[in-house]
Amino acid sequence: MKVLVSVKRVPDPDVKARLKKDKSGVDTENVKFVINPFDEIAVEEGLRIKEKHGGEVVVASIGGKESTEQLRTALAMGADRAILVLSEQPLDPYNVALVFSKLYEMEKPDLIIMGKQAVDDDSNQAAQMLAEILKLPQATFAYRINFSPDLKKAEVIREVDGGLETVEVELPAVITADLRLNEPRYASLPGIMKAKSKPLKEIPIQELGIELKPRIEITELDEPPKRKGGRKVESVDELIDKLHNEAKVI
Amino acid sequence: MGVIAVLGEHRDGKLRKAVFSAVTAGKILSEKTGKELVGVVCGKDVRKTAEEMAEYGLKKVYYLDHPLLKDYTAEGYSSAIFQLDKSAGIDYFLASATTTGKDLLPRVAVKLDAGMASDICEVVSGNTFKRYMYAGSIIATVKVNTPKIVLSIRGTAFPKAEKSERGEVVDFKVDVEPFKKRYVKMEEAKSERPELPEAEIVVSGGRGLKSAENFKEYIEKLADAIGAAVGASRAAVDAGFCPNDWQVGQTGKIVAPNLYIAIGISGAIQHLAGMKDSKVIVAINKDPEAPIFEVADYGLVADLFKVVPELREKLAKLKAEG
Repeated sequence: MKVLVSVKRVPDPDVKARLKKDKSGVDTENVKFVINPFDEIAVEEGLRIKEKHGGEVVVASIGGKESTEQLRTALAMGADRAILVLSEQPLDPYNVALVFSKLYEMEKPDLIIMGKQAVDDDSNQAAQMLAEILKLPQATFAYRINFSPDLKKAEVIREVDGGLETVEVELPAVITADLRLNEPRYASLPGIMKAKSKPLKEIPIQELGIELKPRIEITELDEPPKRKGGRKVESVDELIDKLHNEAKVI
Repeated sequence: MGVIAVLGEHRDGKLRKAVFSAVTAGKILSEKTGKELVGVVCGKDVRKTAEEMAEYGLKKVYYLDHPLLKDYTAEGYSSAIFQLDKSAGIDYFLASATTTGKDLLPRVAVKLDAGMASDICEVVSGNTFKRYMYAGSIIATVKVNTPKIVLSIRGTAFPKAEKSERGEVVDFKVDVEPFKKRYVKMEEAKSERPELPEAEIVVSGGRGLKSAENFKEYIEKLADAIGAAVGASRAAVDAGFCPNDWQVGQTGKIVAPNLYIAIGISGAIQHLAGMKDSKVIVAINKDPEAPIFEVADYGLVADLFKVVPELREKLAKLKAEG
């Protein structure tokens, strides 16, 4: 089975994002960049599918040359090949989906796995848009993925409000990875060595033949007002007194 | 001129409460643009659901009845909504940012050739909205450049619409294209407790609980004693202490109750993103350096296994006294 997986370069999600002084963007100085955690889970799932059923895992990213770092990490985890679509401008989710639709046409994978959302813009749109552009079925927020014996269908358990939903999709399909699909492996040292010689193809975005018209644009960024917390109480009695007589919520 | 359409998301014909926040967002948009506000209910035998939705001040509620819409799928719903658009003209399509809204709306956006803004918390104008990014650390103003606009609505940011004038219910005949997906089953995490996003009080537990048994004994019992919903940090869900559906945070449920009690939760950025708009936050943690204390109105540095039973008994007594 051939699996195409998205890999987005994002600032370390465990560091609180702050704006630059002029509010023109997020301050990324001295911030480490990582693979979007949901994409990392998607890569791991692709690798497990390959280990079980054979095939190939192709990882793809859109961005500047610096995204090579995250693609190499995915290759070190075990992916076979990488594609970097070079774009200096960040794209909105619809245009990300358009780019991936072109990669789909080039690669003809049996399955596309993407993280359910990127933890920087938190949009949660690109994979579903891609599925609609390609007229493929989708299974978002995957918790478990199992295949039929003939590998023509996937049964996907999804994390939804109120519990777990199971759907069956015919392949090819677009699946998005949720938190508990798996625990991604670390790249091994031999893996890191090998990754250096694995193919990484760069494609300038202009060569994909798509018209990039942003459908949404950010006009202003701000930091929300800080919550005034930090008060301490000494005992359960004092806590209850405050909740009852001061905050009046109990 | 097209309409503003709001999805009447339902489960087995019963409207989900989150719908009423999306209706409010629709009303605000209707005031700003002068466009008519309508409801859309998809399913099988859903006339009654449409009638219920029509009581909330919508001019019209279209119900799209079809065997292929019996169980929700993004493929079936988006195909039906596209047909409604061709006949009624949809300028805005809104749904609450539930897992269904998140799954469905990007597909609808592509069908309608619309730009989409996710999880919006404010309607600034007819094409400009505010939304959180970076786990709630940044608030962005976004402008949508397309003639048609799709929006998912953050439930905690808009009050629930109240019943008002009754609108007309319209049977809209659709022909759903077959799709390559089949609904198999739903395993519900059944609970008698209030729904997390709707609860007045939420009691949440984290890694500090150490086991599923402790989670039940300390978190769930406290919640039940005071009629609260139960939430959890990602760490607690990952460790198997409780169901996925209880996770509060950036990628889980967003809550803003009157009172949020965080117990044994350190307060990772991703968790804070889901609860920092709560009116009052209480944190109980034995680590005085835990970041959760920075957002807590009342912090109690203590061993949860000692203080939670005391808190439960005293709160239950207070409640009994009325």
